[in-house]
Amino acid sequence: MINKQVASAAQAVADVFDGATVMIGGFGEAGSPIELIHALIDQGSTNLTVINNNTGSGEVGLAALIKAKRVSKMICSYPRTANSTVFPELYNSDEIKLELVPQGTLAERIRAGGSGIPAFYTPTACGTPLGEGKECRTFNGRDYLLEYGLTADFSLIKGRTADAYGNVTYNKTARNFAPIMAMAGKVTIVQTQKVVSIGALDPETIITPGIFVNRIVEVPEPAIESQLVAAGVTYP
Amino acid sequence: MTGLTRDAMAKRLAQDIPDGSYVNLGIGIPELVTKCVPEGREFIYHTENGLLGMGPSPEEGEGDPELINAGKRRVTALPGAAYFHHADSFAMIRGGHLDLCVLGALQVSCGGDLANWSTGAKDAIPAVGGAMDLVAGVKSIYVITQHCTKNGEPKLVEACTFPLTGCGVVNRIYTDLAVIEVTEEGFQLIELSPEIEFEFVKERTAAPLLPLKDS
Repeated sequence: MINKQVASAAQAVADVFDGATVMIGGFGEAGSPIELIHALIDQGSTNLTVINNNTGSGEVGLAALIKAKRVSKMICSYPRTANSTVFPELYNSDEIKLELVPQGTLAERIRAGGSGIPAFYTPTACGTPLGEGKECRTFNGRDYLLEYGLTADFSLIKGRTADAYGNVTYNKTARNFAPIMAMAGKVTIVQTQKVVSIGALDPETIITPGIFVNRIVEVPEPAIESQLVAAGVTYP
Repeated sequence: MTGLTRDAMAKRLAQDIPDGSYVNLGIGIPELVTKCVPEGREFIYHTENGLLGMGPSPEEGEGDPELINAGKRRVTALPGAAYFHHADSFAMIRGGHLDLCVLGALQVSCGGDLANWSTGAKDAIPAVGGAMDLVAGVKSIYVITQHCTKNGEPKLVEACTFPLTGCGVVNRIYTDLAVIEVTEEGFQLIELSPEIEFEFVKERTAAPLLPLKDS
């Protein structure tokens, strides 16, 4: 019998190892799997490479993971957000590396990585500092840069509703990077507000089919990052 | 002489957006365009974090923290809206499916190069977001900006000195002083703001500016 549900966030992230590459869903606070990130902080693995669009805010969630010096490298498009103070401090003191990737290139690298495509050409960033040193090829008179697919040892994402097969639906713009990160993670872990019985999700509405998901953990009332930040909460 | 206010600049730009356009708006002055849709026209707003049919921000404290725009502010979804993931969102952008993107600028060159993501300052944390994808893929790129910086430096230049967002990508520039098209011959004046004279704009443009064509 297939049942991908695990009992706790701690159990879901128990085997994340030192030096792992971890994709974390979310765009700002929307879709950030904050309980899984906090479980990862408790779990203790270090020297992580984290792929996320941003670098978190305040001192909770991804920002708290960075603050705990567990991340040696960030791959992201926009590390400088309102209330983002942890990353800039460590970056300016050379304690964390940054690979800056245009947002659409980041998304396509993740999609490609999860789709068995090792590399692709994109027009984005041609002639800019972010295109320097990259292989360039001309198609139909226009220049394109070679970009490589991205995969991860673990992907941590947040859904709204899931079933035991790992089929997932999302909430509004919290979907963002989650479906493609689910594809690109060797082990994809989903925290979801609700786990429903097999067959309860209309197959027409499933966004991430269960084949891309390894573990489901139910978090009925996930914390809201901006509320924690406004209240000055820090983790742990 | 004083030029247009930010609201008036947005209103002027909105007049040039055809009915039915799919539009992506950058953060800042571009967002004001939503308040200036001309009577009888309908635009559909795209936000790159995964929503077509974006509506205005809800009242303070209302809305859903998981329904936000690219500036990470809470927004609403209008009837007929659609959500999608990031790879689809940037397929819309890079694949040429969006009609227009309105962006702010640090500098625009007379060849249409845009610099709007970094001042190149050594201690600044570099952050690019979706700007490079937008200028690479959206059919038309309109820049809306003050003609000069707060210190009076021209933003319309012969060659950008700040790091580029894209090369030869800008089609039109809407400033407080004028509407300018980027042509193969360089900056072409399309329209002067009320009570603004050509010489005044020319002096504040650090590249040749072609005068209004005889109509």
